[in-house]
Amino acid sequence: MATADVDTAQTNGNGKYKVIGTRPIRHDGVDKVTGRALYGADVKLSGMLHAAMLRSPHAHANIKSIDTSKAEALPGVRAVVTNADLPEVGDRIAELGEGAVNLRHLSCNVLAGPKVLYKGHAIAAVAAENIHIAKEAVGLIDVEYELLPPVLDVREAMEDSAPILNDDVRTDTMGELGNTPTNIAAHFRYEKGDIEKGFAEAKVVVEREFDTATVHQGYIEPHNATALWNKDGHITVWTSTQGTFSVRQQVAELVNVPLSKVKVIPMEIGGGFGGKISVYLQPVAALLSKKSGQAVKLIMDRSAVFEATGPTPGSYIRVKMGVDAGGKITAAEAYLAYEAGGYPGSPINPGCMCIFACYDVPNGKIDGFDVCVNKPRTNAYRAPGATNAAFAAETVIDEICDELGICPVEFRLNNASKEGTRRVDGVEYPVIGMADTVEAIKSSAHWQSNLEGPNRGRGVASGFWFNCGLKSAATATVNADGSVSLIEGSTDIGGSRASLAMQLAETLGIAAEDVNPAVVDTDSVGYTDVTGGSRVTFATGIAAYEAGMDIRRQMIARAAEIWDVDADQVRYEDGTIIGPESSYTFKELAELVIKTGDPVTGRGASSAANQGGAFGTHCVDVEVDPDLGKVKILRYTIAQDCGTAIHPSYVEGQMQGGAVQGIGWALNEEYFYGDDGSMHNASYLDYRIPTCYDVPMIETIIVEVPDPEHPFGVRGVGEVPIVPPPAAIANAINNAIGVQMTELPMSPPRVVHEILKKNS
Amino acid sequence: MAKKRVVSTTINGNQTEFLCEPRQTLLEVLRDTLNLTGAKEGCSNGNCGACTVLVDGRPVDSCLVLAVEIEGADLETIEGVACSEALHPVQQCYLENAALQCGICTPGFIMSTKALLDENSSPSEDDIRFYLAGNLCRCTGYDKIVRAVQDSAELMASNGIDGVQIDR
Repeated sequence: MATADVDTAQTNGNGKYKVIGTRPIRHDGVDKVTGRALYGADVKLSGMLHAAMLRSPHAHANIKSIDTSKAEALPGVRAVVTNADLPEVGDRIAELGEGAVNLRHLSCNVLAGPKVLYKGHAIAAVAAENIHIAKEAVGLIDVEYELLPPVLDVREAMEDSAPILNDDVRTDTMGELGNTPTNIAAHFRYEKGDIEKGFAEAKVVVEREFDTATVHQGYIEPHNATALWNKDGHITVWTSTQGTFSVRQQVAELVNVPLSKVKVIPMEIGGGFGGKISVYLQPVAALLSKKSGQAVKLIMDRSAVFEATGPTPGSYIRVKMGVDAGGKITAAEAYLAYEAGGYPGSPINPGCMCIFACYDVPNGKIDGFDVCVNKPRTNAYRAPGATNAAFAAETVIDEICDELGICPVEFRLNNASKEGTRRVDGVEYPVIGMADTVEAIKSSAHWQSNLEGPNRGRGVASGFWFNCGLKSAATATVNADGSVSLIEGSTDIGGSRASLAMQLAETLGIAAEDVNPAVVDTDSVGYTDVTGGSRVTFATGIAAYEAGMDIRRQMIARAAEIWDVDADQVRYEDGTIIGPESSYTFKELAELVIKTGDPVTGRGASSAANQGGAFGTHCVDVEVDPDLGKVKILRYTIAQDCGTAIHPSYVEGQMQGGAVQGIGWALNEEYFYGDDGSMHNASYLDYRIPTCYDVPMIETIIVEVPDPEHPFGVRGVGEVPIVPPPAAIANAINNAIGVQMTELPMSPPRVVHEILKKNS
Repeated sequence: MAKKRVVSTTINGNQTEFLCEPRQTLLEVLRDTLNLTGAKEGCSNGNCGACTVLVDGRPVDSCLVLAVEIEGADLETIEGVACSEALHPVQQCYLENAALQCGICTPGFIMSTKALLDENSSPSEDDIRFYLAGNLCRCTGYDKIVRAVQDSAELMASNGIDGVQIDR
């Protein structure tokens, strides 16, 4: 049978779409405003037990012994597990889609042994008839510790005299392993051009050092897992996660069963931002279920979320940049050391690749170090590694602009990366919108307005994030009433059911409301990588588009059969199937599908496509209280290249939410540690994420430079908006009071300290 | 362990009796005993507001109230906000403004919004931001939530609290 003209679906271009660019009510919306949506903690199963966790009170210690006998003897207790119940997984590396993990480190992070590496490190778990008995039993577990000195600062941890956390860690310098145990797990280096020649050509060279504090993703829903290890050896896990297939793999590896024995059912997820990819509770709940023979639910409390999950690294960064008299960058050099937490794996490599990514740097050198310290094992947080790096590079740029008397917006336009620019790490850019975002800020009402008043200042900064492609699968089935059921595996963290349904609807020429999207378990859809890397609307979007194209082919073939004509005489146009003499609307043919042959189910997938990268430029006005050091955000505007905005409201929402997380990171969020390595502010009240009283409205400018890798030009939008805020705010503070901040957060005591230093 | 107590209360307009231990919070009883899981637990110490319910019209963090304390009270939860046929204007405005992303904080925000608009039918942006500062959202940056509350006030001024039929 001839294949018909199905490859002419909508391509790039704005204003030509019917569904894309509109703002329909999200498909899961009513459930979420009526309290009916079921999140991880809402799972209830017959005979379900409740579990609680014992966590280390020490930041660094050897575990000499664990005695669980008193806990086991408490009436109502059904099972207790420790690290001894986890199978030996060996020194293997598992590829988890968005990054690899050493399984032994992951296993020891899930239940500690033989050492605890941070306060809050999980040690044992108890399942009991109710949560109160489980908590009481946790208090009956006796652990004998041999205390070791903790090391909390990245530079101290790099010294030869520092306490060593992991005796199996050797420095990996571009594939070569060192000989001695160390806290420096990896050293990355990127070089381009001739750095010395570049600095020699510069008129102004500025070098600065920066420190940034550990911060947390801060999702409102704590981690959770409910597991049933059935008598037939099958394990079912109900959990809120950014990646069901990633959880399936991690659980299978850690409890040592074949992949096929684990099914992960995604519950609604109450925020993740990168922090709900790694497993914490899922394997423990599974082991407790195996031991007790019943389903077990395990939920983290908020202090454990702070002390034992996330965070994103604190860091030390040094940046040196040279610029010639014409305002062109001649050379840039950076040294970055990121805290990995207890086990290796900080986002140091992306940090290195992002630090100068917005600009055409002819001569560059970047060194990056992944360093273990006695803090929780770090995890991805929205553009992981990029925000720390941008804070350093983007504030150095503003200092140079001040010295040269160049407008910071003009400087960014003059040096912006564009198609063909080669980054210091070697990657050459495809079509990108960096300069377009700066232009958008330049012509914005915000930038054009005057800012008046004492202690007020304006700052701008740009940011980059790669975005990724990875693998997604989807199927779509035509229903007799003309609706289409979309089955996909990307857990919906912020409206992706809508953005995927809209792309399928656009492909088929039907309404967004006529698509019913469903996020299903790991047995019910093809392999799909995590909801991360700003990839879902891009890659699962391609899968939905391909499933739609598959449906179009089948609908054309079916119509040709009904009309008894060749398929190449039938075309699909705007939701209508048109033959030589007659036509069907999608709905009319859908009704005939079941009556005339096989059901129509389309299949789509994506793996080869990769994204061109996302850029954003932010502009902020602040007012600094010179006595208290408090910084108030007066006005905030974001311009971001979104490729093609599928659902503009949720695109704006990503930009606004990312920026406010960045504002929190900039102004007040940090882990306060005592010398003993205990976190002193492990609650929302003391950690203090922004409330709605702390921020103004966030103005958004959607810039659309379509990504040619995607049929509709989508670029991921989720991550890059967190990158510029700390730098933009630092630049605004400098503009307001002439003080250059080099530490995050720029909290009132630090701002006052810098003001006093300047005045003395 | 202390014996269980009988508590009589009105929940979403229905006279209700339940048994609870004196140590159980209202949130625990709502979620585990009464199957009203719309109130969410984000922190269990009154910091996040995800468990907000209305007790005699006042917004309270149900994780900070013992269940035995609500004897005789009139309780309203997210499950009672929409009528059987339609959404409440506040719910409708949250949806139309895309004022939620992950949705975990949404029930608490809607309860607080309802309480705010019952107290002050035309709040300023500053009033809204001050009143809702006890409810944390990590996804939205609050912009669209504040707009949803402003729209709710307008819609309720013109329509009262009549429900809105949603075409979905």
